[in-house]
Amino acid sequence: MRPLLLAPALALALGASPALAATIEVTIDKLVFSPVNVHAKVGDTIEWTNKDVLTHTATVKGGWDVMIAAKSKGKVTLKAAGAVDYFCRFHPNMKGHIEVAP
Amino acid sequence: MFMRSSTAALAALFFASTAPLAQAAEKPTDPQIAHIAYTADTIDIEAAKLAIKKSKNKEVVDFAKDMERDHEAVNKQALDLVKKLKVTPEDNDTSKALAKAAKEERAKLAKLKGADFDKAYIENEVAYHKQVNGALETLLIPSASNAELKSLLETGLKIFQGHEQHAEHVAGMLK
Repeated sequence: MRPLLLAPALALALGASPALAATIEVTIDKLVFSPVNVHAKVGDTIEWTNKDVLTHTATVKGGWDVMIAAKSKGKVTLKAAGAVDYFCRFHPNMKGHIEVAP
Repeated sequence: MFMRSSTAALAALFFASTAPLAQAAEKPTDPQIAHIAYTADTIDIEAAKLAIKKSKNKEVVDFAKDMERDHEAVNKQALDLVKKLKVTPEDNDTSKALAKAAKEERAKLAKLKGADFDKAYIENEVAYHKQVNGALETLLIPSASNAELKSLLETGLKIFQGHEQHAEHVAGMLK
């Protein structure tokens, strides 16, 4: 939580605008997250595009849970630094990994 | 008790249908494979409908709804493919045996209530997906000659493996 709260304050204090947050695209096709490993920064958004006819989720145990409907999109904005493993609650054999830099 | 017998019945069924693989002529044709896949999906949809109607456990009902939604989507995809390929699914002994075993299983489940039903349904889901995955891996995928049908079955295997893990997770929560 702290980096999120500090970032705007710091930006204000320094009189500079924060670096533009990026959107990182991950595709789901035939029950595979691709790319399976992504690198991101706090404040970036991960956007999943689900090409399957099945509804999936991107779920972090004890953390965020994003529902991604069939033939649809879902996204999450990363709020904390660190490495996260996520999976699909409906098909737990689907796994992905995100390295979140501060 | 019935769990074991139903698993044994399925094992016997798939063993029986795997055994003739030694003779190449006996392996199922694409129209038969399409029928077996559709039958296997429909069986799980019917089991899910029963669970949605009977269970009071949120985890079990949610799981059953997931099964219903996924298997209906898979079946629609399978039907679209057979239409495109102009393949007419053909009934066969494996489909018949699957349907018969499923009918018996449903009759047994229908008599159970509450936690007994939930446990039996979920345990059967684990066993059933395991058996179907075995059949997909050893018989149906290797026998499929059309590349698109083979690809659909391979995706089906990943979906069912996911369901098996999901069912195991729910089974773990019921204990």
